[in-house]
Amino acid sequence: MKVPMSWFADYTDISGITPKEYNDALTMSGSKVEAVENMGKDIQNVVTGKILEIENHPDSDHMVICKVDVKDEILQIVTGAPNVKVGQIVPVAKNDSYLPGGVHIKTGKLRGIESQGMLCSHEELGLSENDFPWEAEYGILILPEDTEIGIDIKDIFGLNEDVVEFEITSNRPDCFSVIGLARETAATFKKPFSVAKPEFSENSENICDTLSVTVENPEKCLRYCARMVKNVKIGPSPAWLVHRLKASGIRSINNIVDITNYILLEYGQPMHAFDLRHLSGGKIIVRDAKDGEIIKTLDEQDRVLNSSDLVIADAEKAVAIAGVMGGFNSEIEDDTTTVIFESATFDAVSVRLTAQKAGLRTESSARFEKGLDPYNTVPAIERAAELIEELGCGENVGGMIDIKGNIKPQRVIKFRPEKINAFLGINISKEEMANYLRPLEIKVDMDKMELTPPSFRPDLEAEADIAEEIARFYGYNNIPNTLISGESTKGFYSGKQIFKKNLSNLLTAQGMNEIFSFTFTTPAVFDKLCLPENSPLRNVLRLRNPLGEDTSVMRTTAIGTMLDMLSYNYNHKNDSAYLFEICKVFIPKNQGELPFEPEKLAIGMYKKGIDFFDIKGVLEAVFDGLNIKGINFERLSNNPIFHPGRSAKLTSNGKEIGVVGEIHPTVCENFEIGLPCYVAELDILEMLSCVDSNIKYKALPKFPAAERDIAVLVDRATAVGELEATMIKASGEILEDIKLFDVYEGDRVPEGKKSVAFALKFRAADRSLTSDEINRVFNKIVKDLEYKNKAQLR
Amino acid sequence: MKEQLAEIRRAAEEHLKKAQNVDALEELRVKYLGKKGELTAILKGMGALSADERPKVGALANEIRELLSSEIDKKKAEMAKVLRDAKLQSEMIDITMPGKKQEIGNLHPLTKVLNEFTDAVIGMGFQIAEGPDVETDYYNFEALNIPKNHPARDTQDSFYIEDSIVLRTQTSPMQIRVMENTKPPIRVIAPGMVYRSDSVDATHSPIFHQIEGLVVDKGITMADLKGTLEALIKSIYGNDAVCRFRPHHFPFTEPSLEADRRCFNCEGKGCSVCKGEGWIEILGGGMVHPKVLKNCGIDPEIYSGFAFGIGLERLVMGRYGINDIRLFFENDVKFLKQF
Repeated sequence: MKVPMSWFADYTDISGITPKEYNDALTMSGSKVEAVENMGKDIQNVVTGKILEIENHPDSDHMVICKVDVKDEILQIVTGAPNVKVGQIVPVAKNDSYLPGGVHIKTGKLRGIESQGMLCSHEELGLSENDFPWEAEYGILILPEDTEIGIDIKDIFGLNEDVVEFEITSNRPDCFSVIGLARETAATFKKPFSVAKPEFSENSENICDTLSVTVENPEKCLRYCARMVKNVKIGPSPAWLVHRLKASGIRSINNIVDITNYILLEYGQPMHAFDLRHLSGGKIIVRDAKDGEIIKTLDEQDRVLNSSDLVIADAEKAVAIAGVMGGFNSEIEDDTTTVIFESATFDAVSVRLTAQKAGLRTESSARFEKGLDPYNTVPAIERAAELIEELGCGENVGGMIDIKGNIKPQRVIKFRPEKINAFLGINISKEEMANYLRPLEIKVDMDKMELTPPSFRPDLEAEADIAEEIARFYGYNNIPNTLISGESTKGFYSGKQIFKKNLSNLLTAQGMNEIFSFTFTTPAVFDKLCLPENSPLRNVLRLRNPLGEDTSVMRTTAIGTMLDMLSYNYNHKNDSAYLFEICKVFIPKNQGELPFEPEKLAIGMYKKGIDFFDIKGVLEAVFDGLNIKGINFERLSNNPIFHPGRSAKLTSNGKEIGVVGEIHPTVCENFEIGLPCYVAELDILEMLSCVDSNIKYKALPKFPAAERDIAVLVDRATAVGELEATMIKASGEILEDIKLFDVYEGDRVPEGKKSVAFALKFRAADRSLTSDEINRVFNKIVKDLEYKNKAQLR
Repeated sequence: MKEQLAEIRRAAEEHLKKAQNVDALEELRVKYLGKKGELTAILKGMGALSADERPKVGALANEIRELLSSEIDKKKAEMAKVLRDAKLQSEMIDITMPGKKQEIGNLHPLTKVLNEFTDAVIGMGFQIAEGPDVETDYYNFEALNIPKNHPARDTQDSFYIEDSIVLRTQTSPMQIRVMENTKPPIRVIAPGMVYRSDSVDATHSPIFHQIEGLVVDKGITMADLKGTLEALIKSIYGNDAVCRFRPHHFPFTEPSLEADRRCFNCEGKGCSVCKGEGWIEILGGGMVHPKVLKNCGIDPEIYSGFAFGIGLERLVMGRYGINDIRLFFENDVKFLKQF
């Protein structure tokens, strides 16, 4: 909401308050000021001047040399405008003047002739044709003949105004008006506030003889007031009115429309003006629309209505959508002679639903949907009558039609000063509280200790609302800052939160960088991942109103978004990327139920020269660091996302807790990643369940270890893990450690075979092992390897 | 014999002076102190001396022996030191060459600042709650005093899955979930992702993060809200941070406020960072609305509370001078490695 500051002077005293002080004070009392801006700040040193002489330019056939009287001096100005004539009053940008867009005008020469400034067109002054009531000409802006010369052009167009832009919160419909904001201004600066009662005369006729109004739905139409104006002369509005509208962001149309817009701003009361000629049967009926009823609105669009919409109708047809927009068929025209003013209160929800359905948010509907005051309709329509008289644009017909619907009674709130003090953490007297409330027109009954909020404050429902009013004017910053008292509470991270923190820290220590990705993604991701049609991951939550197809489904796997991020990095010329994310995926349940939101760890990496064992190593280090035990890597053969020979599922007690591997080259191509990349996805809760939290100290070894190496020849397909399993099983408790130190395939071993070598370490906790004992175990290992794994000792 | 000893001493000392290396010293040691050395020979010949002379000559011979022996050791040590020094000198390396470091990764800047925040509130007795991103209409709106047809529910603001299921537009539904499941005293924060139907630009993202805070107990006041928020703001921005609290409106708090921090760039004079206002909005909060307490079965005549919500991205952007919110979700490693 924009209001020129000077307007407030109509209702309260703002003298001596600078725009900056105003901004700060209103912001701190709850009417947030976005900005205070001087409308004409871009225009400097432009004045009115009279053209005294015009001569032709010696070196140009389209330019002329003008002598212009700007009161203090006579300037010589060269112009190319075609429309200048001697005697005209025009805007003159003098030497060292500024125009909108940062244009700086200085004395200079045009084809050898000195020009001490510039004559301006309306465009050069940042004006539009709507800013002045006379016809715009092509070329220089010609001002009315009686314009005084030598005065600031900004005064002519009302541009010497400081305009305040407020952010109005949805709970304060009363502040969508100049009067409402003036009331806040007065309360903030502790100045008197009054709104003059409109005064006007009426003719001897009575509106009821010409017009009848029926309200069929008193729930949705809380009040309907109508007045009539005869002998209307449609024409331009006076400058003060045009300027106030312009400063508030509304362009002038004609006197009648401008009056309704002025009332909208001043009282916050939307008004509508009908042309009586178009109200068939002299009737206004406020009724529910018929299903399928069509109305052409002022914007010349056909709108299809249904019975949940409220319309203003005449005897035959709808002439307006109540509170939203008038009909094209009853619009004020240049030859309108009799006008019916409507000032009504419609139900907030009804207007909102209709406006929403029609996709039509107007100044009017925006106010109604916040809940307007039914007691504001009469002052507003009377003010319109006053303006009709003041502007001399018609004759007010006697009487007013006023139909009341179901208006809610005024609320009464208990006044408990001690409770409010305790709630706010302050200690002030009830008199002081009352002094903050009265300027807001809240009635304070100190005998009954009751408060009655005014009808324009539907937001004041209970004690907490009153506490806020007191806090606002006591000053939020005068409330002390204290620490929470009372029973102490223990702050801590949950076990899962600590686990995730530790996990992240271990991953960063492994060189992984944490990422955040969007949880919604494209449904095309499943094709890019080469998932079959029946893959359960394709069962997704779909957004009903996504921003676009790209972000229309909630992800069911973190692998897709991880590949997106690897791709982003690859295509932004990063040689390598080591990424991880702890994030949610979304698994739908039944309709109407919230989905599962399991948390996943996703790891992704690419770099020239890395392989499967790089990512496996990261996982193993993390497992070590978190004391995660009993995780097996088993071959993953049927997951189309991964390379079939270079991927694994991670299991714990036979339960799958995640996958890891090289991404299938086709998938890599789909994601436009030009290097092999490696990805893992693990379930956080499953990982957490594998943590061995029962850490007990084991005595350090007292007896020496014995080391033996073993090298065997096996089939190329035999897994190292299987050999290790055999050896562990064969050696019982005394095998302390196995380390793979060589795998060889090549000339020195037979085709289809490989040589695998391990270092074994044996130790007993209670004795030194004898070589007999070690040999016995070693031989058993060899025999079992031969038997179970078809291995040959080398 | 005494003269002989004096002569040996003189010759040995002369010899010692001339010795240039360890071998020469060893030779010298053998020549004078070895089994067949000159001094040993003297000691062996002592039997021929009188009982009176013998101890005197013996003492003298031993004195010379010890002197020689210690001089030789001393000179040997000196020589060894010179050699070692020369060797060390030759082993000099270029210490400006890079170290053999294990490349480490980084936490995302959103996590870094969130961790600082959670560490600070844990010290103030808060716990950390987590909840669903996909939320019911009831928790996201209805229970928070945002009834059907409230302007805040416009479809242009929220992503819907079904009529009654939305992607949460705020972390405030966690207030309800916590209050339904916990008896006061309550002190929690609930950080999380939230969703708004905003198209992407430098300052808007359809997905961002909020941190919700909630305190409910007997006797909680608005002064407590202000004190807590001030402490938090100082813990994030440092003790010099100046903040102000101004009235605002949220459906689920009453009174409501927004907190501004004095612009770090212009110190309040007004600049492009603060859009000329001199202040930068950092959070919203207020006293929990009595209707919200009632919705969760908490009697507002006995208990009161406050709640607040902070936009994490904005906090982090201000902290590190990041000017484009999209960077957080693009995850370019050149960005990620900076924090």
